[in-house]
Amino acid sequence: MPLFGVNSLSVHYGAIEAVRGIDFEVGEGEIVALLGANGAGKSSTLNALAGLVPVAGGSVRFDGVDITNLKPEALTPLGLALSPEGRRVFGTLTVAENLRMGAYSISGRHVLEQAWERVYDLFPLLYERRSQYAGTLSGGQQQMLAVGRALMSNPRLLFLDEPSLGLAPRIVDQVFELIVKLREQGVTLVVVEQNVDRALEIADRAYLLALGQIRAAGSASDLAKSGAVTAAYLGEA
Amino acid sequence: MELILQQTVNAISLGGTYALLALGLAVVFSIMGMINFAHGELMTISGYVLMYCGILGVPFTIAVPLAVLAAMAAAVLMERIAFRPVRNASGATMLVTSFAVAMILQVLFQNLISPRSQPVLLPEYLSQSISVGGIFIGVNKLVAIVATLVMLFVLDRFMTRQKIGIAMRAAAEDFAVARLMGIRANTVIAGAFAISGMLAGVAAVLWVSQRASVDPLMGFVPVVKAFIAAILGGLGSLRGAVAGGFLLGFIEIYLAAFLPSGMQAFREPIGLSLVILVLLVRPNGLIPAATIRAQKV
Repeated sequence: MPLFGVNSLSVHYGAIEAVRGIDFEVGEGEIVALLGANGAGKSSTLNALAGLVPVAGGSVRFDGVDITNLKPEALTPLGLALSPEGRRVFGTLTVAENLRMGAYSISGRHVLEQAWERVYDLFPLLYERRSQYAGTLSGGQQQMLAVGRALMSNPRLLFLDEPSLGLAPRIVDQVFELIVKLREQGVTLVVVEQNVDRALEIADRAYLLALGQIRAAGSASDLAKSGAVTAAYLGEA
Repeated sequence: MELILQQTVNAISLGGTYALLALGLAVVFSIMGMINFAHGELMTISGYVLMYCGILGVPFTIAVPLAVLAAMAAAVLMERIAFRPVRNASGATMLVTSFAVAMILQVLFQNLISPRSQPVLLPEYLSQSISVGGIFIGVNKLVAIVATLVMLFVLDRFMTRQKIGIAMRAAAEDFAVARLMGIRANTVIAGAFAISGMLAGVAAVLWVSQRASVDPLMGFVPVVKAFIAAILGGLGSLRGAVAGGFLLGFIEIYLAAFLPSGMQAFREPIGLSLVILVLLVRPNGLIPAATIRAQKV
């Protein structure tokens, strides 16, 4: 059974159907890319999974549990974390306080210490800047903090919403290296990306969304070769 | 010179009380986006607890914590009963709800206790004064200053050292993301109300100890002042609320002391004009909230 599965999920904003009955699944240890142009329904899908917008229809299962209508605060304790689009670090909190909040649902001194160690190990810069307000970090550093904050809860499944958006090319490289590294550490990842080529390079499989539906799905290498991606972005098909 | 020092002490004392009240409004506003106009009635509840304790002969040192606890409990109940059902409604709905809560409580006080002002028995030492470096300071003023400083220190510690305090700051900045971290909405909102209740309770003790009486409408004037102070400081900003409270205290006391007697009739309008002047120069307040609130969930 897959670690995570979405079954004919629909999301509506009033009369607008942002997501119209999509299915996808994520196996343990996979990197799955969720691709699509602006307005394809990627963010609506993630927001619905996170409990930030209501699910209009369908179901979501994580690790055998139905999480369709859970509140956002109930997900991290289950082992599911989300790093939101636009990073959204707490700018008025220090770096260390941001990370502490990521570990909010963790109890036990030992587990907490391990989480600190792991994140500071991955991002030595965050350790150097730990007393600094997050709002004073650069965009790339804030992205590191956003991912580090999500990792503090020791998630089994991590959703990254547009992790490379608005970052300098050199930093984008680091972000994609990080994603591969996290998978090596045993984290399953779902990456929502507008940087299609880079996402397909690192992903195992990908789903392509257009107009709230899944237009194409398959292994990342197959999708990269087919014309489906270009077609979806150019608005045909 | 002595007069200036004397009035400065008065200004810090009054400003400190405003600061505590404005802080109570700001803590709730920063998280819920609602100005709780029933905040003043929390003070009134504390005032009545002090009154009954006086009647029953409960020692003042026990009456004070009881009064503060009563305001805290009332604030948490208020949230649970009146504000939670409208949490996701518009700001206007929440505002009107808070007015309704205030009025219901005022009517209850009038009918169940007394429509008239009631005396509150206070320990005698509060009305004495001590001489510090040539100026006489009322013990109640001194107590107010010390209590304000202690409260500000404790609250600052709580907001920076305690996990729930940090979570409240995180929720104030971005409620949706805070929830993604596993921070429960109900916990931080109830926490914010408990803190605002505690601040209202302490402010009530200070307020009553200057006046030695309590009446059903007692909370109205201080909550309006606190509202002005919170706006002056920057709505939603905790440090701003403190700064605004002190500034308002200084404006009021200095005008009362140094305005020529012919102009005393215009004291309030002049004071409010100064507030408007500050806001013209700093439209977002003295210390604006660091971030615009992200979408509420």
